[in-house]
Amino acid sequence: MNPTENKTICSSEIDASCRVPLLALFGGAALWLVLGLALGIAAILSFHKPDLFADIPFLTFGRAQAAANDLLLYGFTIPAALGVILWIFARLSQAPLALPIVPVVAANLWHVGVLVGTISILLGFSTGHPWLEYPRAAAVLLFAAFTLVAVSAVATLGFRANRELYPSHWFLFAALLWFVWSYGTANLFLVSNHAPRGVVQAVIDWWLTNNLLFVWLALAGLGIAFYFLPKIAGKPLASCGYALFGLLTLVFFGSWVGIPQSAPVPAWLPTVSAFGALLSVIPVIALGIVANKTVCGAKVSCFGGSFCFIRFGVSSFVVSSLLYISEFCPRYSRVLEFTWFNFGVTQWQLLGFVGMILTGAIYEILPRVTRRELPFAKLAKLNFFLFAGGTLLFVIPLLIGGLEQGKALANAAVPFADASAVALKFLRISTTGQLLVLLGALCLLLNILVMTLQWKLGLLKTVVGVVKDSLAEGSAYQPLPCDKSACAVLQRDEEAKP
Amino acid sequence: MKTGFSVFLAAFVALGVSWFGLVYGPLKQLGVATETKVLQSDTKWPLQRTGDATLGLQVYRSAGCAACHTEQVRQSGAANVLTVTDIGVHKAADLKDFVRSLLGTVPELMNSSNAVAANLAGWNGELPKVLYSGADDTVVSMLGDKLKAVGVKTEARVVATGTDIARGWGTRQGVAADYLYDAPVQLGSLRAGPDLSTIGVRAPDVNWQLQHLYAPRSLVKNSTMPAFRFLFTVQKKAEGKDSADALVLPKEFAPTDGYEVVPTAEAKQLAAYLVSLKNNAPLYEAPFTPITAAK
Repeated sequence: MNPTENKTICSSEIDASCRVPLLALFGGAALWLVLGLALGIAAILSFHKPDLFADIPFLTFGRAQAAANDLLLYGFTIPAALGVILWIFARLSQAPLALPIVPVVAANLWHVGVLVGTISILLGFSTGHPWLEYPRAAAVLLFAAFTLVAVSAVATLGFRANRELYPSHWFLFAALLWFVWSYGTANLFLVSNHAPRGVVQAVIDWWLTNNLLFVWLALAGLGIAFYFLPKIAGKPLASCGYALFGLLTLVFFGSWVGIPQSAPVPAWLPTVSAFGALLSVIPVIALGIVANKTVCGAKVSCFGGSFCFIRFGVSSFVVSSLLYISEFCPRYSRVLEFTWFNFGVTQWQLLGFVGMILTGAIYEILPRVTRRELPFAKLAKLNFFLFAGGTLLFVIPLLIGGLEQGKALANAAVPFADASAVALKFLRISTTGQLLVLLGALCLLLNILVMTLQWKLGLLKTVVGVVKDSLAEGSAYQPLPCDKSACAVLQRDEEAKP
Repeated sequence: MKTGFSVFLAAFVALGVSWFGLVYGPLKQLGVATETKVLQSDTKWPLQRTGDATLGLQVYRSAGCAACHTEQVRQSGAANVLTVTDIGVHKAADLKDFVRSLLGTVPELMNSSNAVAANLAGWNGELPKVLYSGADDTVVSMLGDKLKAVGVKTEARVVATGTDIARGWGTRQGVAADYLYDAPVQLGSLRAGPDLSTIGVRAPDVNWQLQHLYAPRSLVKNSTMPAFRFLFTVQKKAEGKDSADALVLPKEFAPTDGYEVVPTAEAKQLAAYLVSLKNNAPLYEAPFTPITAAK
């Protein structure tokens, strides 16, 4: 395909090429999000009533919590991000998706992998490594599916009309490589028959956790935000130079964070991580400035729209990343380590930062790829308020509770039971927030499901119509030519390239 | 960053360097570790788990115990402690005066004189008495020698300090050598429950562990631990008699009359694993004085 051809391709055709893979990725992701949040609430219930699931092995806290966490990351965040990445790459390349069947197959492989992994954890076949709990069968599926999507994304990138890369390209392309390498490495070492001996296992797991929860989320989330923010705000990205600086510092410094300060390993490891964390403040601030400058002064009326989602997500990035970094400061880690603080930060990164950006992006993309309005536009707006309020209500009590618990734990005069009781009070408030987030996720799922159903019904009608026509007249079906005026309606945005 | 290749290169180098540092480096340094020896002893460390305890680690993994429990004691530092164990023929008041005079005259003791004096204030002769606890080991040896000369017996020890130690969760910090035989290594990241690295020292009774797993609140009143009843079977008593391994439970936790609670194989393995957790031997990288050495 040569660049001159691409110019004749209108956005609606590009969107149409993404339709099936994106619906497959988003639909499953929304379902996993709902299930993950529900399972997370079920897990936390054990703290409200300890004997609730005493006879139900698969709902015991250790299993349900691990499965819920993995559903948020592997079930929702990654496939949803992959869908958005495919669409952004196709749009930026001004070319239809390359190898469109590959991501459809990959999406199904991925979802089967998540299903296998979740069931394995609930039945007690977790690997025992945090954030890498999925056993080998599931991990292989996930790895293969991700690689397939990455191949399609990179092929689309290769067909781009304009050779120059946009900042989103850098972030998202790096994210594709990042996952394949770190997830592959961790699984090869830890989920194999020849796992390294001793505490190296924990080190590799911390390395993976940091590379997924800090670096990968930042790459994917910001790459997506840097595409949508300028577009919706109607002005170019504030500073490509800052974005590049932020990207490079993020990948070079951020990838060294992750080893807890009191880890039972040689002292150089936590020390290096503390330095990495300190230096990671630079990209967080730089990228925050880029996003802020882009958003500032934009006259976008946003009442629960995609812009709100993405703006909230970017602010969450700055706050949650700084909180994450603070966990690796030797002085604070003494108090914050081993408390609910870490859980709160992780949930903020997953739901408040990337989750928000992805949901906003999905609401922006879905009407385009299916050429329909959202079936429940009001629920989509409600979704924003449920997500934003719910996440804050979920996470902030955990952070404060973690801090209080940590202070109590650091004082040997306070009995252990009292220190735990301090956190319990806050845990009760945070569960309310978790419920709100779950309601929000239901809005998202409902929108995607109904939209998919509508599209499938439409498809059925067309097929039936075509069959009828051909039976009646015997004439071959001719696809409609690309209608430029129809495109203009859907495409209220020419590519907002700086 | 105009070409895809430059982005690829930047990401590749960044992740590669981090991989080299945080994956390859530890593999080379720690991955080849072999068992060490307990300090001043020929005992190998870590102790090899046997039978049920090895299987119990898998039950621990499967049930996700590490979601709420850590297996890692933290330590903030170490202190040299000098304790008086026997004051011989002297009276407490005389000894106090003697030590105070030493504090004023021996140059090595000057810096720590306030700390020692504070320890002595209000002492009426009850033993053992901690005279000094701090970083300075010359104080310990100097004071110990002077007291030995007048027939007072003291003991000098190195102890780990820190909140976890003060809570009684261990005698020293967890170090890499402790986890050599664990597969998977489950350090844990949340202390919703107490640290378990020395639970085998604190609660060595397998029956206590089993009862605690079945009904945590029957033993620890305020416990927030979920009960693990699915690891037990409630069965009808054979001919009205208890089986050999039936749990002895308080009335409010026991099943109805004629029934008994019997642990499954998994429960027994898990209890065996918990009892095997005893990370309390002094090692080169985590030294402390385990037994008293009279001066």
